Amino acid sequence: MTTATQPRVDLPLARELGLSEDEYARLQGLLGRTPTLTELGITSALWSEHCSYKSSKVYLKEFPTSGPRVLQGPGENAGVVEVGHGWVAVFKMESHNHPSYIEPYQGAATGVGGILRDVFTMGARPVAMLDALRFGRLDAPRMRSLVDGVVRGIGDYGNCMGIPTVGGETGFHPSYDGNILVNAFALGIARRERIFKARAAGTGNPILYVGSRTGRDGIHGATMASDAFDAESEKKKPTVQVGDPFTEKVLLEACLEAMRTSAIVAIQDMGAAGLTSSVFEMAARGGVGFRLDLDRVPLREPGLTAYEMMLSESQERMVIVAKRGKQEEVARVFRRWGLEVATIGEVTSGSRAEIVHRGKVEASMPIAPLTDGAPVYQRPVAPPADLARRQEAPSVPEPGDPLGALEALLATPELASKEWIFRQYDHTVRTNTVAGPGGDAAVILLKGTPTGLALTSDVNPVYCFLDPRTGGRQAVAEAVRNLACAGAEPVGLTDCLNFGNPERPEIMWQFRECVRGMAEACRALGVPVVSGNVSLYNETEGRSIHPTPTVAMVGVVPDLGDMPASHFRRPGRRLVLLGTDRGEFGGSAYLRLLHGVEQGRPPAVDLDAEARLARLLRETVPWGIVRTAHDFAEGGLAVALAEATIGAGMGATLNVPLAPRDLFSESQARAIVAILPGQLERFLEAAERHGVPALEVGESGGDRLVIEADGARIDVEVARLREIWTNALPAALGL
Amino acid sequence: MKCGVVVFPGSNCDHDVYHVLKHVLDQEVVFLWHEDTSLKGCDLVVLPGGWSYGDYLRGGAMAALAPVLAAVRAHADKGGFVLGICNGFQVLTESHLLPGALRRNAGLRFECRDVWVRVERADLPFTRRYSEGQVIRMPIAHGEGNFEHFAGELDRLEAARQVVFRYVSPTGEIDPAWNFNGSARAIAGVCNEAGNVLGLMPHPERCAEEVLGNKDGLALFESLAQGAFGRLAGAAR
Repeated sequence: MTTATQPRVDLPLARELGLSEDEYARLQGLLGRTPTLTELGITSALWSEHCSYKSSKVYLKEFPTSGPRVLQGPGENAGVVEVGHGWVAVFKMESHNHPSYIEPYQGAATGVGGILRDVFTMGARPVAMLDALRFGRLDAPRMRSLVDGVVRGIGDYGNCMGIPTVGGETGFHPSYDGNILVNAFALGIARRERIFKARAAGTGNPILYVGSRTGRDGIHGATMASDAFDAESEKKKPTVQVGDPFTEKVLLEACLEAMRTSAIVAIQDMGAAGLTSSVFEMAARGGVGFRLDLDRVPLREPGLTAYEMMLSESQERMVIVAKRGKQEEVARVFRRWGLEVATIGEVTSGSRAEIVHRGKVEASMPIAPLTDGAPVYQRPVAPPADLARRQEAPSVPEPGDPLGALEALLATPELASKEWIFRQYDHTVRTNTVAGPGGDAAVILLKGTPTGLALTSDVNPVYCFLDPRTGGRQAVAEAVRNLACAGAEPVGLTDCLNFGNPERPEIMWQFRECVRGMAEACRALGVPVVSGNVSLYNETEGRSIHPTPTVAMVGVVPDLGDMPASHFRRPGRRLVLLGTDRGEFGGSAYLRLLHGVEQGRPPAVDLDAEARLARLLRETVPWGIVRTAHDFAEGGLAVALAEATIGAGMGATLNVPLAPRDLFSESQARAIVAILPGQLERFLEAAERHGVPALEVGESGGDRLVIEADGARIDVEVARLREIWTNALPAALGL
Repeated sequence: MKCGVVVFPGSNCDHDVYHVLKHVLDQEVVFLWHEDTSLKGCDLVVLPGGWSYGDYLRGGAMAALAPVLAAVRAHADKGGFVLGICNGFQVLTESHLLPGALRRNAGLRFECRDVWVRVERADLPFTRRYSEGQVIRMPIAHGEGNFEHFAGELDRLEAARQVVFRYVSPTGEIDPAWNFNGSARAIAGVCNEAGNVLGLMPHPERCAEEVLGNKDGLALFESLAQGAFGRLAGAAR
């Protein structure tokens, strides 16, 4: 083993590691000297966009983050919300976009692994996952193999862990041709009093390292994730981590068992920027210092330098601060599960990090200025020059053949069934899945109670591109609506804010507007943001993705016995159309997918109307009279009705006072409900009381979908729609 | 009936089986650790689903060599009940407590969906609460469930009535379109010659409660509970 000569620390090297000239000067000022290589590496990771949120922080403050149910908002590994019966839900969503584009299988797999650790590090057992995926056109280079790799990666990791993937969304759009999005959400449950935090405390308490050994994989992953792609990106493959779901599964069981020993003070997983971010963040939260002896870090191969150990993103590792004298109780549990345990340092008084390797001080730095005191930027903001043209009202052709238009929409990968994807994910393990993938919201049982947790993830990137403020509002509103269709009251939201290069004023404007729109909707609809993640620099060769603020929302269904389905299950139910159509087509699937036009203002989001619709559903669902509720999204009424009939092969006949093209309009705050026949009056009275426009339009039954509109008629066998809708995605993938 | 659920590192349906036996059927249940050499007096041993030791080699191949398997084998030899579900079925074939092998699914992809299964034998301690020829619905979730054996051995299995469950259409017909993993003769579950060891790929524990919309799997566990006491211990629930 030869010791390579360490590179000289100077500005060019700092730049290579992602620091700006100002940031490098700031670091020198903090230390009062030239940093060591290890110190430079640590700082470049902590001050990367991924770890520091330096461009986004100023706007994230606008989110409402508290509420009567919120026990932990943003700032911990995950948010914590009370869901009743003494239980809390612990959840977060995180992106793994850059690694998944470079190496889809491992990138997606370790995205799942990372978000699961964020949840169980808080003492919660993960019980459900969602995945929000955005791909480019299926005929774009590498795209089919990216789809296949991502789906296999998520499946292999989640399936092995035994945590059901109960829902999510998958979209396809050319803006992701060169930068796909993989956003993974995990939810765990815990008893209210059993939550653990990552707040180091207690001078002299030992710092334990548990889990996999440290190797050279993923070094500088956080920095890579804070950079745009170019022709050289293929060379970044070694910065992608490699996942081992089996080790994560035993780590999960061992952590939950060790947490019952009362010997753990604080615990945190090693995610982005590995040992660096975990130890610095724990110390910063607790206002303490630490000393690390890197000679004790378990290594996969000999000869790793201090720099490499501090920046490795090897997976399936955790850091624990144990009570002094009690560390053996913790260690015993991990050894029983066949995992590595090592004491690698201790908590110190004061506020400095001391890192020693082979008898040499590799880093001696103040902690707070590197974490809480990381640079914050108010980057220039400007709307795109072509905004007016983007928003110009498009002309909307009438469909000559409304049935043909409906069939064509159902045959697009965008609107087709995603069954091919979710069949590769175990969605029934843990025996809690009441409503699995494919409906409006997924619903899982909270065992031992009548209660269910409803989960959904939503965003329409085209709306966000055309008008980010409205798009941000719509993402939150649609999530609330999806939950309401299950009778669920929203209790919290987590997000993944995926955008392009924040150094471009147009991107920063998109970011600000989306966040403002989301924040407005969160306030109006009473949903706190409890955790989240920002992913910037999602662009390739200067072409940015569409702004994609993915929203994942959690709701509580008080009693699962009353819950409606998202499809028709029995004949003879009275169908009621809720909400008002305004003939809105800006950014609609109808214009975009059938006419190639992506233009106009997206449908207006009337937050008051959304709130009224949600209240109506939440009041009437517990009466047991709403047997089906399905909201309208892309493709409008026609696509929503097709989905509602395809679900169980139960047909419907409706008469709607709409022009043919308005069957595809995407006006918001709308849904179709199926009401028990004798209860129609009662429901309509409730709708009137809540101020929700309601119109009886027909009934369920038969094996055909029949829609009479003004001067047009759709009349088709449900089985035919089902075949088109089910086969489209496998066919487009060439399977 | 005292039940033991074996926990290998990587088992992930252990809690689900425990839940059904304990909370739905009110039986005495303990977890058995993979390094245990005693079964703690259990009447029924369940090898649950999951990825034992990660299954990086082949489903169940490592687990077949675990210390607890020696005790399971001795239990089976004495006529004790052994139930292997999914990965547990793989462990039983790998350890030759059951015949055959489970290869990668014919489509080479993990499959999670509901399947229709025909009960071929209702005279076993595991199936007495079903009727012969009954078609039930159960979830599957596996990547290696494609049952295979030598042609002559398959004939012998059929002759010895060791085929307990088969994948069928909703109306009970054997049909390649409904045999999602490509198993030989649509075999979803087999027993040993004595009928006290059963393995199946579908998950009866995932369809044993009304709230999940399907109770077709409950009768399998009820059959065992009834067998042990001559009556159904959890019937009051």
